[in-house]
Amino acid sequence: MTLKNKTTPIGRLRRAPENFVTQQFADEVYEHGLNETRRGFLRKSFVTALGATAAGSAIAAEGDKAILEKQTWQTTLGQPVAARPYGLPSKWEEPLQRRESPGLTRVSAASVAFAPLQGFFGIITPNGLHFERHHQGWYDVDPAQHRLMVNGLVKQEKVFTMDDLMRLPSVSRIHFIECGANTGLEWGNVAVPSVQYTHGMLSCCEFTGVPLSVLLDMCGADLKKGKYILAEGGDGSGMTRTIPLEMALKDVLVVWGMNGEMLRPENGYPLRLLVPGVQGVSSVKWLRRIEVGDMPYAAKDEAVHYIDLMPNGLHRQYTSVQECKSVITTPSGGQQLLDKGFYNISGMAWSGRGKIKHVDVSVDGGNNWRRARLETPVLSKAVTRFNLDWVWDGSPGILMSRAIDDTGYVQPMIKQLREVRGTRSIYHNNAIQAWKLDTNGELSNVQVG
Amino acid sequence: MFKLANLTKTLVLAGLALGLTAESIAQSKYSGIGRPATKAEVIAWDIDVRPDFKGLPKGSGDTLRGQEVWEGRCASCHGTFGESNEVFTPIVGGTTKQDMKTGRVASLLSDKQPQRTTLMKVATISTLWDYVYRAMPWNAPRSLTPDETYAVLAYMLALGEIVPEEFTLSDKNIAEVQKLMPNRNGMTLNHGMWTVNGKPDVKATACMTNCTKHISIGSTLPDYARNAHENLALQNRAYGPFRGVDTTKPPLPQLPGKGMMSVSMAAAEVISPEALFKKQNCAACHAAVNKGIGPSVADVAAKYKGQADAIQKMHTKVKVGGAGVWGSVPMPPHAHVSDSDIDVLVKWMLTGK
Repeated sequence: MTLKNKTTPIGRLRRAPENFVTQQFADEVYEHGLNETRRGFLRKSFVTALGATAAGSAIAAEGDKAILEKQTWQTTLGQPVAARPYGLPSKWEEPLQRRESPGLTRVSAASVAFAPLQGFFGIITPNGLHFERHHQGWYDVDPAQHRLMVNGLVKQEKVFTMDDLMRLPSVSRIHFIECGANTGLEWGNVAVPSVQYTHGMLSCCEFTGVPLSVLLDMCGADLKKGKYILAEGGDGSGMTRTIPLEMALKDVLVVWGMNGEMLRPENGYPLRLLVPGVQGVSSVKWLRRIEVGDMPYAAKDEAVHYIDLMPNGLHRQYTSVQECKSVITTPSGGQQLLDKGFYNISGMAWSGRGKIKHVDVSVDGGNNWRRARLETPVLSKAVTRFNLDWVWDGSPGILMSRAIDDTGYVQPMIKQLREVRGTRSIYHNNAIQAWKLDTNGELSNVQVG
Repeated sequence: MFKLANLTKTLVLAGLALGLTAESIAQSKYSGIGRPATKAEVIAWDIDVRPDFKGLPKGSGDTLRGQEVWEGRCASCHGTFGESNEVFTPIVGGTTKQDMKTGRVASLLSDKQPQRTTLMKVATISTLWDYVYRAMPWNAPRSLTPDETYAVLAYMLALGEIVPEEFTLSDKNIAEVQKLMPNRNGMTLNHGMWTVNGKPDVKATACMTNCTKHISIGSTLPDYARNAHENLALQNRAYGPFRGVDTTKPPLPQLPGKGMMSVSMAAAEVISPEALFKKQNCAACHAAVNKGIGPSVADVAAKYKGQADAIQKMHTKVKVGGAGVWGSVPMPPHAHVSDSDIDVLVKWMLTGK
């Protein structure tokens, strides 16, 4: 029996991780059929996927079965409209999910779920895949019972309902949110295998809401005495963060919309703060209060956590701005190239200080660099997508990207960061990421130098 | 006419200079939106305590009362001596009498201390008061009174040997205790990341060709960690140019070639009881072996061992909650968890299957 004559698949179609057979082996099977030795190999390596093997790969002499044979979706009636009133991704996309990093946190209500950046296109994060970080669990808050209070150094302390806020003239802006601890596991050494875990506390969405400056105006904020605001969340952690008033008046938004729909509960439904360019913890979720004051508040998450330990034993406090950073998302760590030839190297770049100006890509560990194409739109404090044509000749290499923002700041190597900040600061690691490519096509996370 | 127009312009400018115009415009422009907050409302929500103790309620609490609160409400997560258990990072430890003199925790200079405790890091005692009152205990935030907060904070500071074993902390003496905080001088604002215009501390250059003679790899993922994040083949698309590596196996001996055969992802995933335990948040309170906020799975299994109606009893307990027979924190009700899920969870807890 030869493979090309076989018409009925053996076994059920089932998910099987054992999905690699070399071209050489496939050719051999195609030429000589499945003898006992080869059958044994197949049975061992991917027995449950054998059906898929027969249907999906070796092309018979007369052509591709995917063309020559009729498929169910051509020959039967499909599903009706609104079969799924709120749409869902294809079942084939099931591998791309938010995931926890095993061992990173011990309590799932105060943990992190990382976004699968390795599967993203363009700059917008789908709402269901936005990373999650909660400090005391999430709730689906009743919007009719949600209130925003503005108090402190204002002429008139006020309360706003969602009805009030959504009547105001809204703006929609695309910005990234990156956790200050993104890539924080990698300060000392390589710790995680893929871009989902190295950089997955990053998102970029179109947010809709009202500028905070409008609300502060409506309450008559004292812009002379007032120097800072405190933003407070309505969850159990009562998350509080200090934001300089100057920044609060500039581009901070009080938002309810996220990519055209309301915020997801995990992301602060029905109301959150958005502090563009600043570590995600400042974009307080379930926002319930803004206080105008004249000194920083030293809240727990700016006095015990989110402080960066320097080699001299001092902690940097109120480190906020997310400096210019980039990462190649495809191909990236934990991925596998099948063959030599043409590929599109693609990745994300962003800066908390402004727009991305250039992204350079190296495939030789940083010795030589080529300028990548920046795809539009290129927006301030937003993710910019970059792409680069690349023909892989099969030799080993190290893939890296380096972003430069419109202030002229150049994304540093990890060793340059360590020279100044040591290895214990946890937060604000914006180092150049390196992915080693082996001759077998496997990419892995490495640190150079 | 010309003069009048000029006068209006002058008045507008004067108004702007006084900072009144924007507010009055905003207030009239957005009429009907928002309402004044009442005094009671502001008091109810404005609970933050600043480093200068603005917002700190009057009150006091001693270490004896603090110990009671600690052992009843805090120790299950933070450990009897603030050393914490496997769940949370420790609060107490790593500070010395010398640190209290200098206001700088010396052990932060080296890597010798295995973990940074809260008392090694925090510079401001107000932070601790604010956070304990605001968000603790973790599963019942806002349940402590101001006096209980003073008491438990006094007890924590006593565990850290910052105040004597018998001590009463109050709004009157908290500023004095601040002067004893071991890391009170340990924070710096001397960095460029507080504001957008801040100056970066690291300066890299954008060399384009022949940038480095020798490229060395400083760190890689150890082989034993290859599958630590589970199979990456199942975390990537099963088609397209970039498949996930099968991390359950050693690296391929050679390039697979583009005829590499795709696998079907069609099988619906059957969620394991362990995963369900985590998904339904049981793991937040119940660990495998050690006591957490609630009893461990092992302890529960031991207690119900041999009881014929164990599954039914436990099913009810999960569904409607318990009375706190294992400790001070009772099992909350879980009406939202389906009966079939509860059965799977209960059976798994009792039998491991």
